[in-house]
Amino acid sequence: MSGTNIAPNQPLIRVENLCKAYNLDHPENQSACHQVLFNINLEIYPGEFIAIMGQSGSGKSTLMNILGCLDTPTAGSYWLAGRNVATFSGDELARVRNRNIGFVFQGFNLLKRMTALDNVAIPLLYAGMNRSESRKQALSLLQQTGLGQFTRHYPNQLSGGQQQRVAISRALVNQPQLILADEPTGNLDTQTSQEIMALFAQLNRDRDITIILVTHEDDIAAYANRLIRLKDGHIVQDEMRSPTTV
Amino acid sequence: MNLLIIITESFRALRLNRLRTGLTMLGMIIGVAAVVLMLSIGQGAQANINNTIASMGSHLLIVVPGATSSGGLRFGIGSVKTLTAADAQAIAELPSVEATAPVVSGIAQFSYGANNWSTSISGVTPDYFTVSNWVIERGDIFSEADVRSATRVAVLGKITAENLFGTEDPIGKTLRISNRPFLVVGVLAAKGQSLSGRDQDDNVLIPLTTAQRQVLGNQFPGSINLMLVQAKSAEMMEEAEQEITRLLRQRHRITGKMENDFTVRNLTALAAVASTTAKIMAWMLGAIASISLLVGGIGIMNIMLVSVTERTREIGIRMAIGASQRAILTQFLLEALMICILGGITGVALGITCAWAISQIADMPVVITLSMIGLAFTFVSIIGVFFGFYPAKKAASLKPVEALRYE
Ligand SMILES: Nc1ncnc2c1ncn2[C@@H]1O[C@H](COP(=O)(O)OP(=O)(O)OP(=O)(O)O)[C@@H](O)[C@H]1O
Ligand SMILES: [Mg+2]
Repeated sequence: MSGTNIAPNQPLIRVENLCKAYNLDHPENQSACHQVLFNINLEIYPGEFIAIMGQSGSGKSTLMNILGCLDTPTAGSYWLAGRNVATFSGDELARVRNRNIGFVFQGFNLLKRMTALDNVAIPLLYAGMNRSESRKQALSLLQQTGLGQFTRHYPNQLSGGQQQRVAISRALVNQPQLILADEPTGNLDTQTSQEIMALFAQLNRDRDITIILVTHEDDIAAYANRLIRLKDGHIVQDEMRSPTTV
Repeated sequence: MNLLIIITESFRALRLNRLRTGLTMLGMIIGVAAVVLMLSIGQGAQANINNTIASMGSHLLIVVPGATSSGGLRFGIGSVKTLTAADAQAIAELPSVEATAPVVSGIAQFSYGANNWSTSISGVTPDYFTVSNWVIERGDIFSEADVRSATRVAVLGKITAENLFGTEDPIGKTLRISNRPFLVVGVLAAKGQSLSGRDQDDNVLIPLTTAQRQVLGNQFPGSINLMLVQAKSAEMMEEAEQEITRLLRQRHRITGKMENDFTVRNLTALAAVASTTAKIMAWMLGAIASISLLVGGIGIMNIMLVSVTERTREIGIRMAIGASQRAILTQFLLEALMICILGGITGVALGITCAWAISQIADMPVVITLSMIGLAFTFVSIIGVFFGFYPAKKAASLKPVEALRYE
């Protein structure tokens, strides 16, 4: 991927007429098909902090999964850092997910049987680093996110906020230029949510990482400098604004 | 992700499910142990038979009195006394025949000092020792002259010598056979069991004539129980068989459609059949045992499929953070392979232990070879890859979103 050195005036993400329909394997209706996204057009530039909002079932997660190269659109095209994702091989997709995109989930999605340290280190292992070097880097990252003393804890020995910090550290460990966060504060209380959002804001501001996050809450969305609103699979609002809280 | 890390990851996954891993491995352990055990028993039996054949003497025919019976070859005393030492002499003159060894045999009572022993006794000529590959351990065999003058000399089988004389050196001692004194002139080297399972070392050999006239008291003077014939070469065996039949029919005045009053058998061919049978048996045992390996392999596949389903979410997470399909495939394949290899090592150890125990307890010959162990491992690895591949492939081809959504 040449993604790390694209010019700021070139979009990091360009989505054209993107559609997504799910095939419902209905016993009676073989070709039953449920369209979730309709002709989505988007351009996202490096350094943006975007909040995606919309009612439940409006297709936010579906869009995020496609942007994160975890799922493929049924129509339209998706260009990531100037390259058409549809042309990527399986290995290239894995590489993009590993190096260029960091994913943060509502349910944290940590590997239960591994310590916080090892959880953060796995993306480095998949990138081909050796065990000891990867642990060293994971440790320094956990220390930066304030989890220095929890490195040997297993996910079930950590609070929700701590787990999400581990997950964010894992998303950051390969220094991606894009972070996708699907309701990262959905399982957290207000106080912890604010802390997590402050962390995102800091990453966006200090490291210039592009962040796209899905949320239902206005005060979370307020951290972003661009708001996209989905309704029934259509973009109904896409506006720049200055973040109100920092 | 480099291979070493994947190996440790796989190992970690196996350790986390110790009971399940252990039970799955048990299938492999039992299968491998069974294969090793069966092969070692089979090859032991085969080696035993090959030893016997090697000690038997080469390109041998056996001629016994009486018509071919449906029961096949009969050893021991023939029911009819139609074969004579003179027949043997005549056969020895045939162009395809190297040597003949007429034999009379029976059971006799032996004593030396206070020791009594009853065992088989054979009257033979000096040629018998060469034809049937006997090696003299101590002393010497008796001579043609001994046969001509029917002297009372004896050559003892290893076991008989031990039973009668213990640690004493029997050479030059006098023992009594059916109450007549005999001078011991030689002791034979041990040979082991014959093809029919008889212990060949428990015997006494005396001159043919002595046996006929003084010990066994034949009804028909000059008749013999059997005759070993050594052909000049392996290629000439069939020719020898035909020549012997023609000569004996002529000597016994058997004409036209009349049935032979003797039977000629190719001992070497019989031995070859026995050897092949043993070989087939050895491989059959191995093949049967390998069915349990197959069952173990299916068990591995089953468990791996369950494991893949259980860990669908883990697979999704790994894919989301950059695991390639190859990395996932390798991880699950290695898990299956590790169960197999670890099971294989334990199984080989168990198999060898059992084989050893059986050889000790049941006094069975067992043979354990490196190639057998190599074979077991090759088999196990093939099974690991074969049965591990489908579940691993299934894991690797999961779609990231779907795997992540899996509860
Ligand atoms: N695998 C699937 N098969 C069929 N339909 C699906 C599948 N995944 C999602 N959908 C449908 O697509 C629509 C959008 O789902 P999506 O998860 O993107 O919504 P969302 O905006 O993220 O909602 P929420 O805010 O509740 O997370 C829903 O109507 C859902 O039923
Ligand atoms: Mg959602």
